[in-house]
Amino acid sequence: MAQKPIELILARQLSSHLAMPIFIVDPDGTLLYYNEPAELILGIRFEENGEMPADEWSTIFTPTNQDGSDLPPEELPLMIALTKRCPSHKSFQIRSFDGLVRNIQVTAFPITGQGNRFLGAMAIFWENNQ
Amino acid sequence: MTTITIWGCRGSLATPGAEFDKYGGNTSCVQITGNDGTILILDAGTGLSDLGKTVKEPSKKYNLLLTHLHMDHIQGMGFFPPFFNPEAEVNIWGPSSTTMNLRTRLTRYMSPPLFPVTLRDLPCKLTLNEVHHDSFKIGPFKISSDLIGHVGPTVGYRIECADGVITYIPDHEPALGVVNFPLERQWTSGSALAANADILIHDAQYSDKEYNKCQGWGHSAFNDTLKFAAQARVKHLIPFHHDPSHTDDNLDQLISETVGSQKLEFKVTAARERAVFKLPVLNTQDPVKKPNQE
Ligand SMILES: [Zn+2]
Ligand SMILES: [Zn+2]
Repeated sequence: MAQKPIELILARQLSSHLAMPIFIVDPDGTLLYYNEPAELILGIRFEENGEMPADEWSTIFTPTNQDGSDLPPEELPLMIALTKRCPSHKSFQIRSFDGLVRNIQVTAFPITGQGNRFLGAMAIFWENNQ
Repeated sequence: MTTITIWGCRGSLATPGAEFDKYGGNTSCVQITGNDGTILILDAGTGLSDLGKTVKEPSKKYNLLLTHLHMDHIQGMGFFPPFFNPEAEVNIWGPSSTTMNLRTRLTRYMSPPLFPVTLRDLPCKLTLNEVHHDSFKIGPFKISSDLIGHVGPTVGYRIECADGVITYIPDHEPALGVVNFPLERQWTSGSALAANADILIHDAQYSDKEYNKCQGWGHSAFNDTLKFAAQARVKHLIPFHHDPSHTDDNLDQLISETVGSQKLEFKVTAARERAVFKLPVLNTQDPVKKPNQE
């Protein structure tokens, strides 16, 4: 597999040392990396599973609006950061793999590297009861 | 035949003195001469001054490939005769930053008060080319550049020709933040540049003990460099960018403690000033005679 750009390598290195869940995707939306706190939400270990296509990860934690209505994948902050290439923030609910409904806030932003290369996006999850 | 001459392999600070005589005290500068006479100069540390003394045809074309603009990689620029010859053509490649172009960044050094002559006053025919993730050709060489993990915008170069592949990554900390270095190749900075290289010239500034105190400074422990070279499956590693505090004795000891204790599938020859390596013949290291050693 081709080597990742240094900006994504360093983003992974930073994420692996942080305590909040972080997701990193490439320009196609493929989930390239998620850290250990994010594994608790997905219920899948990164070391075992590796990369995951967008249609798989975006539905795995069944996102819903706070009134319980469906939240389509394209309205997720990470997808907005990718498609519109701008930062995005939203509060919503997810049902993580363990069946727990969690109220979370997500902030996502595009990753623009040296030479203005668009390299993907990064999202930070924040549980509201933290 | 392609020859690779080390004109400076000291890291961070030039270190003159008898206790540094074996490996040399000049900072990063490597000359690659292709089979058609094309000259590539990798970095412009203080070693460039000695290279400049060998210039016989000042009107020739010189190609200077800068990895980054730390002082130890550009300080020799003002002491290279072709810059001051209106007949000479000098092409410089190097990284811009996210907010400043290469010319502006270089001018910070090549202008008073740091240097009396400004870049725009150099009489040679000068062109500047910005590189990040790029590939380009110079004479017989196909060159790829890519951003790598150091402090500030820094590239490494992969230089391919009919005689083989040379990879030059003098300042590099691929182990930064990695708990069990190395991760898979796709997550290792510089791995694509170094893959299967015949010669890898790579940062090996610290002992493991020193690295623990200097993490994040942009350089590698000797042992991590061995792991990086093994993962990239290079044929010949040339540890480079020796710490300015390491005397010849310290370096000999560091090399025997690290290389001596391991079974490696590649050759290791620590960089030494004026050492010459040849491709495709890999097994020669003929020191160039110093002028006073005739
Ligand atoms: Zn350096
Ligand atoms: Zn440096």
